[in-house]
Amino acid sequence: MTKAVAGVRTAAAVSTAKLAAALSRRLGLGGGTALPGLVAEAVAPGLAAHLAAELGQGCLLVTGTNGKTTTARLVRNIARAAGCRPVHNGAGSNMMRGITAALSEAADPQGHIPERERRLGVFEVDEATLPEAAAALGPRVIAFTNLFRDQLDRYGEVDSVAALWREALAGLSPSVTVVLNADDPGVAGLADACCGPTVFYGVADTACAVGGLEHAADARWCAACGHEYAYSAVFYGHVGHWACPACGRSRPAAQVEAVRVEQPAVGPLSVLVSTPAGRLDLSLPLVGLYNVYNALTAAATGVALGIGAAAIQGGVASFTAAFGRQERFDVRGREVQTILAKNPTGLNQVLRALVADGGRLKPSATPEPEPKNLLFLLNDDIADGRDVSWIWDVDFEMLAGHTGLLLASGRRAADMALRLKYAGLDPDPVLEGNTERALARALSLTAEGGTLYVVPTYTAMLQVRRILARWGHRPQFWEET
Amino acid sequence: MAFSLRLAHLYPKQMNLYGDRGNILCLRRRCTARGIELAVDGLEVGEPLDPTGCDLIFIGGAQDREQRRVAADLLAAKGEALRQAVDAGVVVLAVCGGYQLLGRYYRPAAGEDLPGLGIFDAWTVHPGPTAKRFIGNVVVRWQGVTLVGFENHGGRTFLGPTARPLARVIAGYGNNGRDGTEGAMQANAFGTYLHGSLLPKNPRFADHLIGLALARKYGHSELPPLDDTLEERAHAEAVRLAVKKPIFG
Repeated sequence: MTKAVAGVRTAAAVSTAKLAAALSRRLGLGGGTALPGLVAEAVAPGLAAHLAAELGQGCLLVTGTNGKTTTARLVRNIARAAGCRPVHNGAGSNMMRGITAALSEAADPQGHIPERERRLGVFEVDEATLPEAAAALGPRVIAFTNLFRDQLDRYGEVDSVAALWREALAGLSPSVTVVLNADDPGVAGLADACCGPTVFYGVADTACAVGGLEHAADARWCAACGHEYAYSAVFYGHVGHWACPACGRSRPAAQVEAVRVEQPAVGPLSVLVSTPAGRLDLSLPLVGLYNVYNALTAAATGVALGIGAAAIQGGVASFTAAFGRQERFDVRGREVQTILAKNPTGLNQVLRALVADGGRLKPSATPEPEPKNLLFLLNDDIADGRDVSWIWDVDFEMLAGHTGLLLASGRRAADMALRLKYAGLDPDPVLEGNTERALARALSLTAEGGTLYVVPTYTAMLQVRRILARWGHRPQFWEET
Repeated sequence: MAFSLRLAHLYPKQMNLYGDRGNILCLRRRCTARGIELAVDGLEVGEPLDPTGCDLIFIGGAQDREQRRVAADLLAAKGEALRQAVDAGVVVLAVCGGYQLLGRYYRPAAGEDLPGLGIFDAWTVHPGPTAKRFIGNVVVRWQGVTLVGFENHGGRTFLGPTARPLARVIAGYGNNGRDGTEGAMQANAFGTYLHGSLLPKNPRFADHLIGLALARKYGHSELPPLDDTLEERAHAEAVRLAVKKPIFG
């Protein structure tokens, strides 16, 4: 293909993508986040690579089982604070077509990216898409959050995801910096496969350690010799200070490290981080230690990009939660909090945060923490994972004595209710298959002024957003800035 | 008279891939509801199995890496005891990877055959990384009723002349996607590809296992019925999902 023809084709693909996005929105098909990319790739194969090459600041990829969207969003804010103009697949559409759509959206009708010298690609990438994305986009930095069991029906085993990543890393240019979680042995071990520089991040403050490994912990066994890891501190899942007593492999030293973590019952997380760029005092309007890790991944990515401490701190401070992942709505005089949970480790973290909230930090003389009103929404669409057996790996038992209303809904409402029953929580949890009716019912059963916690899987979260938007509460996600 | 049963849970740390814990939670709850005490012993690699000390044995599924590690221990340290237990009528439930290990051998896509315990006259062949993995909701017919679950296996299991299938496939793949069989049974040992977890949504099968264990120990197996409304509803939902043809692949 001649250069002129290629240019025409790129322009045609970008225009088609823009048209598809507009149509998709007009027809109410969704956010217009994946379809345009699909269409554009069909018109001009290799469009993503072509457009990515125009980004003056290059691009970075964020992948891992949990925390991709929150982390990528934090990095986007950090990049903005550093004076960049990020191109970002912000709606969670994290396969190639979503990245292509984001790039097409940023391009002008001639197929060029304006203000190119300030443009930095900040892309969240699906675990299985990483090899393709890394090859096509030529990133400067790749950041890994963590590796847990998730959607085994789609990704295969946890080990096969790790093998896929190692292969992708081994084929990278040595100029790529890889950001790794020192506290997750499955991620830290990827360093062996890297040919260029690495930046490790982790938590040093052992005051936030929990009693022991959760049932859903995956990487219990040394990747090198097969012996069971010994932990001097477990933070969540299999994330902590690990070492293999047999072969001596252990948690690497972290260059970006949380030296003090404060998780107040009310108010933002506060994290003091030491980095090669200086100390950071981070404040984050989220709950749960897993979000401390998301902030650390983002800060370490900022460090890897050569961004200064002030911009990293400022970027994190300007953060608001990614759509649906953790949001508050004021609905009919009740507060509705949605917290996305789509795999055992993620849901365990959510439950732990709910149980701790308002209880743990109060002196024992004060009354019991207020019981929580909970609506669990379990779907089994492809994006959620068709196999719902993962709920049996979640420690719902920890909710005992902490629940008020307990309601199960979604496509697999009965499975969810059954799991709650077998956790001994309530012999008769409220069951409602239709999500809109479930939401209405949960609200009517929540006292005025009270809080309803909605814990949905991915597609259920999208449904909740649509329903609340229809009721007049909050713009749909593609309209947010 | 107070009844009590003892369950040996083999490799709970390594063989726990697909919500297998739900099976243990289910057995415990259904025993407790009938005033039967159920003690559960988790046995990891290196810990011996006492074939006369348990009434039920459970083994779940795992990733290939863990399964290989467990296979070595199962053959060397626990194999003889497990065979004795099956001969003595101890109730065994083996799911997915655990089921494969109780067959005669497992033939990986590459490399040598991995020997199994040979409790079931069955063997498993992995047809290679390009072959379709059997993934999805599954419904089978067992003793005139349905069992539901989710299957996710690359290996195809074939039954020899002395093996009996546990069930017949109604929707899904089962042992090998060809002959309509699902699982295997030998004495009171049951192997199956169904997880989901298997027992909570299949209370009849759970009670069947408890009943067999009680009958063997006490010569009686009457289990008063429980309120299974929720269980039956989840069961019916799973049947509906499995028999409904998906719109996209």
